[in-house]
Amino acid sequence: MQAVPILDSKAFGLTVNRLCYQLIEDHDDLRNTVLLGMQPRGVLLARRIRRELGRILAHDEFLYGELDITFHRDDFRQRTLAPSTTQLDLSLEERKVVLIDDVLYTGRSIRAGLDALLSFGRPSAVQLLVLVDRRFERELPIAPDYVGRWVDSIAGQRVSVEWKEAEGKDQVLLLTSGAADERENAAKDTGHKPTPTRK
Amino acid sequence: MSPNIPRSGQGGQSDQLSTDHLLGIPDLTLQDIELIFRTADSFKEVLARPIKKVPSLRDITIANLFFENSTRTRISFELAEKRLSADVVNFSSSSSSVKKGETLIDTVNNILAMKVDMVVMRHPDPGAAVFLSKHVDARIVNAGDGTHEHPTQALLDAYSIREKLGSVKGKRVVIVGDILHSRVAISNIHCLHKLGAEVMLCGPPTLMPRHVASLGVKVEHDLDKALAWCDVANMLRIQLERQGGDGLALFPSLREYAMLYGLDGDRYRRSGKDLVIMHPGPINRGVEVTSEVADHANSIILDQVHNGVAIRMAVLYLLAARIPRDN
Repeated sequence: MQAVPILDSKAFGLTVNRLCYQLIEDHDDLRNTVLLGMQPRGVLLARRIRRELGRILAHDEFLYGELDITFHRDDFRQRTLAPSTTQLDLSLEERKVVLIDDVLYTGRSIRAGLDALLSFGRPSAVQLLVLVDRRFERELPIAPDYVGRWVDSIAGQRVSVEWKEAEGKDQVLLLTSGAADERENAAKDTGHKPTPTRK
Repeated sequence: MSPNIPRSGQGGQSDQLSTDHLLGIPDLTLQDIELIFRTADSFKEVLARPIKKVPSLRDITIANLFFENSTRTRISFELAEKRLSADVVNFSSSSSSVKKGETLIDTVNNILAMKVDMVVMRHPDPGAAVFLSKHVDARIVNAGDGTHEHPTQALLDAYSIREKLGSVKGKRVVIVGDILHSRVAISNIHCLHKLGAEVMLCGPPTLMPRHVASLGVKVEHDLDKALAWCDVANMLRIQLERQGGDGLALFPSLREYAMLYGLDGDRYRRSGKDLVIMHPGPINRGVEVTSEVADHANSIILDQVHNGVAIRMAVLYLLAARIPRDN
């Protein structure tokens, strides 16, 4: 029953700002790089970054998309998966893509994201930007290129990224067991029970 | 922006069907239908991608058993299955052992012995899909059973109305023509009622089923009056093959039918409204609708076909999600 803040609103803003400047270092004015937010929660970071980049660079001609990975996940038929929407009205063929998600944990969502984005063409390069990297729990050989904050967490803990637009406040919390249960009550992981086969 | 955005893999709304098979619309709850529509929205987006394929069903094998002729439904199901990466086997009764006297259960069990997970079946006998679901160990999707039900057609029809008019609730839909032989009509009535639409049937008395009062629909024999009432007109195909004998047992001539119950440009304009025109296909041009109406800007006949693939992908995906994975 414990919620430890990792980033408060002020640190949150500074971190997002730093990520924007790191992107500008590598991608100039970002007119030729696709910002691709991952559904459902990565799009909140992607939208924020697009907004901040627009403020810093004083233009809004970003190549931007939102990608749903539900149909590319590797745990179909093991848990219930509800799709979100994909909005990507451009080809990724021969373009640089920055895949954006809020938390990098096992790496499985990113694997699905890499698979999903290939349906839109063959990018010249794909990079990964995350706000939080839980670096000790990786299950696949996936590493981020831009990281807001590294978090050393153990199994049973959960990282909760909250947004002004969605939850009312910008902050990142590390939740331990009891607190994690409570926070998850609203949107509970309904690991589905296998239905008996008919005879 | 929605205030409660679910975290990865944690759907907020109900995200599982309440049934293991799709046998008829009465088996579905309103939540099931809405879930199918939401999932179909996602698949419509997939179908607009440069690469129109997702890997979800790559370890699922589906048999398409068509004991009755079909072009559109069979192709639509097959495309839906292939775009979900399922393995597909096709079977039609003209090239099978059914001709050699094998029973339905034996035929299907022989196919299932080759490790098939789902069966999509069209059959000339009403109730064939329900019967099969009770006797074999596979998920059954009814692709039309005689004059009984054709649930995926009703779902894609309602989905197309929702897409064209924004919602189905409160809309007035008239189903015109051969109600007696129409599984499309029965499934549509159930589906539209669940979604809160009003339904009227219009056609000659000889093509109305005897139990029509029990369906909770209005009946009108004058097409002009029906058109004045409705927002959407679903023009059914005249099914001469089900009338028996020489095929014209229930009305005097196709020409007379076309005059009284066919929709042409004049009649459309006389209604004075932007009626949405639907037809489950195949169209007999000049009988149910003229070319002018079939190709009209408010005709969503080809949208129905286009949406059919997305709806069938959604149904197959959601039913497959309920098949446990054995490791």
